[in-house]
Order: sequence, then C-alpha cells, then structure tokens
Amino acid sequence: MLRTKRVSIVLPFVLGLALHGLAQGPPAAPAGRGAPADAGRGGRAGRGFGGAYPQRPPADPASVERGRALYGVNCAFCHGSDARGGEGGPNLLRAQIMLNDKNGELIAPVVQNGRPDAGMPKMNLSMAQITDVANFVHSFHVGGYDISRHPPPSVLVGDAKAGEAYFTSKCASCHSVTGDLKGIGAKFEDPKLLQNFFVMPGGGGRGGFGRGGEVPSNIPPTTVTVTLAGNQKVAGRLERIDDFIVTLTQADGTPRTFRRDGDTPKVEIHDPLAPHRELLRVYTDTDIHNLTAYLVTVK
Amino acid sequence: MITIKNLFLTSSICLFPALLTGQTLDPSALLRPLRDDWPTYSGDYSSKRYSHLTQLNQSNVKHLTLAWATRVAGGAGNPGGGRGGRGGGGGAAPVIVGGEGAGDTNAAGGFGGGTSIKASVLEVNGTLYFATPDNAWAVDARDGRELWHYFWKTKGGTHIGNRGLGMWNNWLYMETPDDYLVCLDARTGKEKWHVEIADFNLQYFSTMAPIVVGNHILVGTGDDLDEPGFLQARDPETGALQWKWYTVPLKKGDPGIESWGDVDTASHGGGNVWIPGAYDPDTHLYIFGTGNPSPAYTNPPGRNGDNLYTCSIVAVNVDTGKMQWYFQTSPHDTHDSDSTETPILVDGDFNGKPRKMVLHASRNGYYFTLDRLTGERLVTSKFSDSVNWAKGLDDKGRPVRNPEKDSTIAGSLVSPNNGGATNWPPPAYSPDTGLFYVQQNDAYAMYYLTETDPRGAMGLGGKEEDGVGTLGSYLTAIDPKTGKIAWRHRYPGTGGGLGPGLLTTAGKLLFGGDMGGNLVAYDPADGKPLWHTHLGQVSNAPETYMLDGHQYLLVAAGDTLYSFTLY
Repeated sequence: MLRTKRVSIVLPFVLGLALHGLAQGPPAAPAGRGAPADAGRGGRAGRGFGGAYPQRPPADPASVERGRALYGVNCAFCHGSDARGGEGGPNLLRAQIMLNDKNGELIAPVVQNGRPDAGMPKMNLSMAQITDVANFVHSFHVGGYDISRHPPPSVLVGDAKAGEAYFTSKCASCHSVTGDLKGIGAKFEDPKLLQNFFVMPGGGGRGGFGRGGEVPSNIPPTTVTVTLAGNQKVAGRLERIDDFIVTLTQADGTPRTFRRDGDTPKVEIHDPLAPHRELLRVYTDTDIHNLTAYLVTVK
Repeated sequence: MITIKNLFLTSSICLFPALLTGQTLDPSALLRPLRDDWPTYSGDYSSKRYSHLTQLNQSNVKHLTLAWATRVAGGAGNPGGGRGGRGGGGGAAPVIVGGEGAGDTNAAGGFGGGTSIKASVLEVNGTLYFATPDNAWAVDARDGRELWHYFWKTKGGTHIGNRGLGMWNNWLYMETPDDYLVCLDARTGKEKWHVEIADFNLQYFSTMAPIVVGNHILVGTGDDLDEPGFLQARDPETGALQWKWYTVPLKKGDPGIESWGDVDTASHGGGNVWIPGAYDPDTHLYIFGTGNPSPAYTNPPGRNGDNLYTCSIVAVNVDTGKMQWYFQTSPHDTHDSDSTETPILVDGDFNGKPRKMVLHASRNGYYFTLDRLTGERLVTSKFSDSVNWAKGLDDKGRPVRNPEKDSTIAGSLVSPNNGGATNWPPPAYSPDTGLFYVQQNDAYAMYYLTETDPRGAMGLGGKEEDGVGTLGSYLTAIDPKTGKIAWRHRYPGTGGGLGPGLLTTAGKLLFGGDMGGNLVAYDPADGKPLWHTHLGQVSNAPETYMLDGHQYLLVAAGDTLYSFTLY
C-alpha cells in the first residue's frame, strides 16, 4: 500500500526529473499536509481555508465605484487609499465594526458622528453614500493569508565575487559550473528558486514544512546497504525505513523489505544530500545570498 | 495540603449531587491522579500524561494485542458508519444533527483532509467520547461499538482539527470551527444548547478541547487574522459567560500596553488560546500557553516591543479570570512560534528546595522550567540544536530574537521551520524517571519577506516559507532540573517530520507514534523500543484506561480508533 505521505517524499524527486519550467509558480502556500502531526492551526493549508469564512455577495459595481470616489475624498487621507491605515487612522479591513458591517449600517453612526476622542471628524455623508463607501471597503479581500501587494523586485542582494570564492572553497569538491552545474543560472527564471534549490535540492522532503518549488534537478536518490548474515550485502534505493523495517529497490527494480531488530541486520544509509544538510549549520545568510548572486551568472 | 481556596472549591463541587453511576462525571473526579478513567484532555489536571496503571508493564508489553478497531465517518449521512457498528448486533447508531449552517460545506467531515482524529478521547465509566471538526461520537470502550454520533452543520471556518471534548456530570462540551460551544447529553448525544463563543465574522475558529474546572467550562479559540486572543469561562448548565481574559491589551492603560507600539495594533494583536493548559487545584491557577502575535511575520511600528501577553505561559485564576503571572517564551515573536504547547505541572526538589513547577517545551525550540506560584524562570535550555532564530538569553532567561532571522527580502535560513521544533502534540512526564518527553524536529526553512509595505501584512501574510530539509527528528527526554537532554531517540531516515503526542505509565512504559506509522512502546529510561505495531500514521496521543480488570491502550490513526489489551 502506498500511503499519501510516502508519495509526498518520492514526488519531489520524480517531478524534479520530469518537469521543467514550473519555476514561475505563485508564492508557495504553506503545504502543511506533509507533516504527520499538523502544525496546529499552523497546518493551515493556506488559502483553501479562506473560503470558509463569510463571503460577501459582490456589490453593485456602480455603488463600489461611487464609494471609491467618496472614500478617496473623505477617508483615504487618514485610513489609506487601500483602507489599511494611514495618517492617524487605523486599518479598516480588520476593524471589528467593519467586519461585522453589511451595508454601512454599523459604520454610519461613526461616520456621521465622528470619534472626537480619537481625532476623527464627523462626515457629512448620506446613508446612501455611506452604503457606497461600505461597499467599496468590503470589496477588498480580507484573510489570514494576506496576499502581498508590494512584492520586492528581486532577492538578489549578494556579492557574486564573494559567492564564487565560497563556491570554490565549499562546493567545488562535489560540483563544477562547467560540469553538473553548467548553465545553472539559465535554468531558473526566479533567483529565489535557484537559491532554495542549492540550499536543499528537492526542497528537503517532509522536513520542509513548506514547498520548495518544483525545480529542474537530477538529484541522486538516497540509497541503503543492508548487510545480512554471512556478510551478504543488499543495496538499492531507500524506499522507507523505521526502527523495525527497511525497504529498498534494487537496481533491477526488485523491491526488498527486511525486518530490523536493533542493529541487526546492519543498515547503512547513503544520503547524497548529506553535505547540503551539513551546510545548513554552517552557512550565514550572507554566504547564501553571495552564492545566489554568483550562480545566476553561470549561464 | 488542603488550603482555604481548596476547601472552597470542594464545597462548590458539593453543590452538585455526585452521581457515580452510569455515564456521569463528577467534577471532583478530575482532581484525582490519572488511573482507571481518562476524564479530561490530558487525563488529569497536571497534564503529565502519566497513568498509575501497572497491569501493562515492561514484562508483558510484548503480549499486547488488538481488542477492537472502530472506523468513523463524519457527516450527516453515515449512520453507524463505524466498523464496530456492523455485525455488532446493536443496529445502526443514531445520528443527531445540529448546527447553524446550511450543512453543505462539510459533508465529508473535514475540509479536504478526510476524517482525522487528533482529539484526546475521554473515557468515563466504560464509554469513550471524542470529536473531529463538526462531529462527536460515543463508543463502547469494551468493543468500540458506536453508541451515537452528533453532526454539526457548519457555517465554515478553519477545520484544521478538534482537540477533544470536555465533560461535566452528564454533559459533554464541544467547540465548533464556526465558534459555538455545544452541550450534548452524554447518554444520547442529543443537544441541550449551543452558544456563540467568538465572532465568526472576525474569522475566529474554535478547536480547543474545553477544560472543566469545578463549575467553569474553560474555552479557547483560534484566529489567523489580526484579532485578539482570549480565554473564557462558561457556565456548565447554561453556557452563559462567567469571565473572559484577553491575551493582549485592548485599550490605553491595559496591562502590557507598554509592550506595543500603538493601541490599535495591540488590540488586534493575536495571542490565541487553542490548546488546553494545566490546572493547579491548590492555587486555583489555570496555566496555559498563548499563540503568536499578529501580524505574525511583518513588523509594522505598532508591533514595537515585546507584544505581551503573546507567546507566553500564563497563569489565570479560574474563579476571577484575572492573570496571576506570566512568562514570555518568545518576546516579539516573528515566526509564528505559538507557546500553546501544553505545560506540565510537577512538584519536586529543585536545587535542594521543594518547588511547585511548570515544565514547557516551546515550538520555538527552547525548554523552560518555571516556578508555578510566581512564574519565576528556573531553567531555560535549547532542546533543538539547529534552532538559530535567537541571539541568546536575556537576564530573565528569555530567548532574544535576532532580527536578522526575521523574514527578509533576500531570504533567511531559519530553524525551526513553521511546524516548529515541537508543536501541539502533547508532551509527557514520568515521576519514575523524572524526565520530560517531547517530540522534536530540527528542520530549516528559507523565510522570504514578500510584502514591503511598511504597514506590514495582515495575519500570516507577507512572507513565503520554503522548506529546505531537516537534520533529523527525535523522541527526546529532557531533565527538567537542568534542561539537559537525558537521551534522544532518532527516527531513522532523512525525512524529518514531527511525531504525535506521548503517554507514560507506572508500568515503566512510554508510548508514542513514530515517523513510519508505528505505535511504539519505549523504555522511558533510555528510549529503547520494546513493542510496536503498524497502524499508519498515529494522529493523537496514546491513552490508557482500566475496565473489567483489564488495562487498555487506546490510540487513533486517521479515521480509526484502536484499543489494545492483554488477554
């Protein structure tokens, strides 16, 4: 039986081999599901849950447009043109009165009377106009997974020369920019994905509580050698292991499973990403940024 | 020791007739150490998850065998859907339907994820009670036969999990994702009442197992938008509000306001209460953890300061709803490091003096021993070697955030990942070994700031987190007197992940689920596996109960409940 969890571990490798050019996906939503114990409400499989909260029926577009104009004249200076707060006025999108308001009925007294103690003047707006303003403010998406509106243009801040020096000292024993990494900089449109890729090719499997993004790669699989009685060795791709079972697939495609009882039989795991794991403790963020700045130049 | 306060509690309990027959649960039963029944979230108020039962022990655990398994299906259309219901001769169990929603949003019992039992299961007088989001069940503890199933038609909300039910006399209490507290008749599953406990329009969602203390039902909620967290007490007979304690300041002059940049941000500052805490009957203090400040990942000026009382262990008097003390485990958190992981109460010797203590391993990778009367920090240690978000400790023993490890435009390599060095799956403590047991994951992620607006983002927005692997995941034993690791059992392989919750017993056994889908009995002295069975991923913390002279071991894996025993 292939369980979903197992699929999630194997897939990054398979996808990595098969798919090119998925690098330009939207920012990864937290995947969460891969972790055996959900991360509390941290399991938050992201935007999917957003639809679970009260959805407002779309308002009359003409009313929203009238509201936009009225808001711009009367409200935007203090509350911001996007209603997220501005000069002295709070964010309206998350304000409790606004979240409970339907068509302006709750905000009307505040608008018409002002809040002198908080420095808010009263506005001379009719109920119909307040409904238009409410419809405009309600037209913004409000959710725990707030969508970034001002994304930074690039993650590239590093020093390519320093990155090259780091590459020579820490990476060159396994990798070469004229060999396995030839043209690596051209394979990623987004430097962020290149950066994630070299920090941990394949995204780190289950341990990563987010998605690394599917990237072009030819990561060798983790392998295992089982030494049986009489020193007979069975080796292959590691499929699963716990304290009691180890399953591998031999070179000819034959799966083998062995019972484990403490240290018997002897089991050796060969993790091709072990040097990358070791570097997680060693890197500074500057090292990582410099390496990225260098690797994007390897076209 | 019986204090005056203790006498007061005892007398208040005596107002309710103690009916010890049938399915009733006298609130005073919750004051007893954990033995035959499992009447509250952690088994007893100390949250040790240490059972005094010894029939099952190191000498015979190898003979543990399956007594029964019951599979449940959420939703309205599955009468008697459990395996236990078939062939049991009892006919289909009744399905009772309630709710304020249209009933068309959660027919499958979980949003996309299927039925997963993450809850603690109550065992009282031979009946088990448990829940998933929108669903509650009673099953026979002897054979798993379904007795009734209650289904709540939801309006929506985050259906991430349900942590279990609370029980008071004949009544059960369930929180729903659309923010109701529902009171059910434990005998029939019929609804007595439901009350609104939080504003669904503000995107609150409710998952916590209600905790019964005397005549208080303690209720918490979650929220991923910028809204304030709170703990509230409800009347067990009517559901009426007794008190409500907000975890963040709401207005000028409120305690903790000096730890925020402005009042508006503070009053939207998060700190939700979504996992049960522990209770000290001597002091009447309910001791629990609070969640992350909101917005979680961005730093608008309004968040300048420590952001009290988010990411804190807090002691609130259950009679008054007033805070007695707090200790902040992540001042000015920027990584969603909820401190909600259940604290454990232990009395013992500390540096030659008797102390009443609180033990807590936090999602942020740090372990704490606190004084239970004052909140004074006795021990701080880093239990996850990979953790790198803090620069060190301040003079109060609090980790000091390194701002360079916030989400940054160019990316920060941070450990733990969002899942945490540990998380809500309950830890355990054994007085036999004197050790605290916790699941651990040494994972890393790249954190990118994706919102450059100086006002930040709302809720959990404004960042992208990309997992980049783990150095390993472990079952870890910590010495609470020193904070040092006594032993670690590494789960084999390179995958990582965080294991489910734990149980210890006086039979010198430590039970937990591993990364390979096994339920395992370990030696609590050294972490050596003694027995296991493969169920698929264990989804709650194992429990134990005694019936008809037999000790049972109970655990959930996904949609199925398994009970093991010795014959």
